[in-house]
Amino acid sequence: MSDEQRRKERLDRGIKIRSDSLYAIMSWRELAYLTAPRFLLIAGILLLPLLVPGMYWQRVVSVVCIYALLALSFDLMAHYVGLVSLGGAFFIGTGGYISAMLNTSLGVPPLLAIFIAALLGGVICTVLLLPCLPLRGVYFAIVTLMYPLFLARVIEALDIFGGTDGIMGVESFPNRWVEQYFVIAMVLLFLFGLRRLVNTDLGLVLRAVMDNDQAVKASGMSVALFKGLAVFIASGIGCLAGACIVHIYMWSGISLFALDFSILPIAATVIGGGGTLVGPVIGCFILVPVSELLREFGTLRIVCYSIILMAFVVFRSEGIMNYGRRKYHQFERWVKV
Amino acid sequence: MSEEPILQVQEATKAFGGVLALNRVSFDVRKGEVLGIIGPNGSGKTTVVNCITGFIKMTSGRVLFHGKEITGKPPHKIADMGVTRTFQVMRPYYSLPAYKNLVIPLFSPRARRTGGWRGGGRLGDRNTVGIDILEEIGFERDSFVPYKLASTLPTGYLKRLELARCLALQPEVILCDEVFSGLSMSEIASMLPLIERFQMEGITVVMIEHRLRELFRVAGRIVVMNFGEKLIEGSPEEVMADEKVREAYFGSEEVEEVMTYA
Amino acid sequence: MDILIYGTINSVSLALMALGFALVYGISRVANFAHGALYVVTGFLTWSLFKGAGLNYALSIALAMLFTGLIGALIYQFFLIRVRGMAISEIIASYAIGLAILEGFRWGGFKGMTYTLPPFVEGSMVLAGTPVDYHRLLVVLIGFGVVAFLWAFTHYSRIGLALRGMAQDERAALMLGIDSDLMAVVAMAFGSMLAGLSAVVLLPLGNIVVEKGYDVLIQAIAVCIVGGLGSWFGAVVAAFIIGFAQIVTVVWWGAHFQMVVALLAIIFTLVLRPSGLFGRQKELEERV
Repeated sequence: MSDEQRRKERLDRGIKIRSDSLYAIMSWRELAYLTAPRFLLIAGILLLPLLVPGMYWQRVVSVVCIYALLALSFDLMAHYVGLVSLGGAFFIGTGGYISAMLNTSLGVPPLLAIFIAALLGGVICTVLLLPCLPLRGVYFAIVTLMYPLFLARVIEALDIFGGTDGIMGVESFPNRWVEQYFVIAMVLLFLFGLRRLVNTDLGLVLRAVMDNDQAVKASGMSVALFKGLAVFIASGIGCLAGACIVHIYMWSGISLFALDFSILPIAATVIGGGGTLVGPVIGCFILVPVSELLREFGTLRIVCYSIILMAFVVFRSEGIMNYGRRKYHQFERWVKV
Repeated sequence: MSEEPILQVQEATKAFGGVLALNRVSFDVRKGEVLGIIGPNGSGKTTVVNCITGFIKMTSGRVLFHGKEITGKPPHKIADMGVTRTFQVMRPYYSLPAYKNLVIPLFSPRARRTGGWRGGGRLGDRNTVGIDILEEIGFERDSFVPYKLASTLPTGYLKRLELARCLALQPEVILCDEVFSGLSMSEIASMLPLIERFQMEGITVVMIEHRLRELFRVAGRIVVMNFGEKLIEGSPEEVMADEKVREAYFGSEEVEEVMTYA
Repeated sequence: MDILIYGTINSVSLALMALGFALVYGISRVANFAHGALYVVTGFLTWSLFKGAGLNYALSIALAMLFTGLIGALIYQFFLIRVRGMAISEIIASYAIGLAILEGFRWGGFKGMTYTLPPFVEGSMVLAGTPVDYHRLLVVLIGFGVVAFLWAFTHYSRIGLALRGMAQDERAALMLGIDSDLMAVVAMAFGSMLAGLSAVVLLPLGNIVVEKGYDVLIQAIAVCIVGGLGSWFGAVVAAFIIGFAQIVTVVWWGAHFQMVVALLAIIFTLVLRPSGLFGRQKELEERV
């Protein structure tokens, strides 16, 4: 052991400081520094379906997008409003069943049914979750974990909505390119839409609700209203994802309430970096293909991603995106103390 | 100062389990005055504020604001009517810079309704309005202080931030829960003019305090509480002359010495 | 009479399942979502020691319980202790561990009907017109025994008192020289052993299947939530309420409803009275 102590010092890169303000538009280099990551992400996602080999992997890309939507909704609720929901499957199931029923019994075309399901499902989920909103942390997590299990058991026990068989014969998208680019467009729309939202004053109030609800009350605003609003947005996105997956698989059943939909988005968020919104999407693009590769090993994929999830939660809780952002904006060096 | 009561507390009673934290406390707050509420620790001062602002439900009793009953309304409704409060344990949004702390109250329906541009309504940029308010309350505009994270601010600034949050709501009444506690003499001296200015602007102030000497310089009337009951109300001189108060509140001459010079 | 007898048995089983969970939460405030997995682990361990390695039944039970306690302690020491105090991370991490264990078993081929443990005592008797086998009666006895033991343990032994002290006020306990990390590990080991105990007692009544892990977790959570998280007395009372409610609904509407009752109980309790019947959760009350 040497008695020389050192610590890591982090400094912002010069270009980061220069491009922070309005002067960024004075040089192409700084503009590129600001926009390149975004451009890469958008172009990458848009081109991906053309690059992957075969229809099977194109389908995987669609599924990735479904999970990405769910992960976005989880990230919004957990890191911007402070409601950690373990029930992504609840949103998926509600949206899926609504869209499937609209389509099979009323003959609503898929693209319209999806949007109706997103809105209606958002309302239903919000109303069902409304009594739980005052609950904090652990309690909210437990109750949301129970909701999808409960609905699945009720559907099974009462034999409603097609019981254990599910609803068959749901119409698919007009063609696979529409399917592919519809879900991709939704992911990009909500990704950038939510990023915009959380940076407005409304987003600031939502974060305030998470940090310190008493002070928000003392500021003359209803905490329940803002929580409800956030839950509506998040559950609407989740229901949209559920409705999409029903039309992709052309079937709606109890497996929509399966654990996969609750756990994988959380794992993706933890891996990608919570609170960044981009991170969860990236997390999905890593996790879902891995889980697809392991599909032939049956439940091993659940083992695999739960171990990844646990490892990230316990040992690397900042996630890829926060790490990457730090490396992009700052350099590090060792300094003697 | 008019005699018209803006806030009336009638027979307020609050029981925590079997303990009576408030026992039939009644007093009026007159429009535009500075009312001080004093009393030993645990005499129910903070509970009064919590009951008035709706953070605690009263067991029985009524609170009237402009003659209208506000008993049992949720806290955000009461704040929305213009009855604002500070917290004894300060509650800023620690992860936000000081001026962003004010964006949140400025976003509230009341600020938008009553403030116009000044309140950060449709036309105003809430960030700049926030910095304006901070300057009024004693944050130096051209320093770093308004831009520092709330978690890095010292107590004196946090107390001011609490007041600024109330001010952002264009309040009619501010209930200050021990804003002087934990401050140095000079900090208090610089805050007294603020209270006087509130009064000039027509804002009614209710102050809960332990620092009697400073309180008596601004407060017109004093309510003394002990064991959840109101002992007496009157001008500072009357209150201090009262034998019951001396007995209950100070116990003996020696303690009085300590209390008044503390 | 059926309902009374089977309700009691079911309630005691629920109490057995929940006590481990309640103990861990009560002492270290960790909601151990790997509880169900530990339950199943003990089942399979006992089976492999008894049937696979051919050991004596009692010995394999004892060994399996010890192993489970060790696994619980290791999970705490190596993973959960790093996220101590971050409630959500604890839940996610322990749930992920439980999921990995359970699905790992499923992947490893432990499924189907072939895994059963023999009852402790063969045979049955007729009790007030209802046939009951001896093992179920034994379950009730063991259940009461465990509750009595826990009570005595936490009131009279040194470790038990330390655990209770920690449950009430961790900082004060620290000042009195109680090593809170060590005690939390001990509590976790104890809780896991209780999960194991309930497993070896209850599993002979059916097959060892992976799905039991999830059911046990849900029922344990249901009992603890209804009774109030952290309250052992509440957990026992709640076990009886839910136990009887389950038997009644099963008799009237069918076996599908057993889990529905547990889930409904959780949701209703959390919505109506989050602190449960006997819980004193300060953070749930409005404090200013």
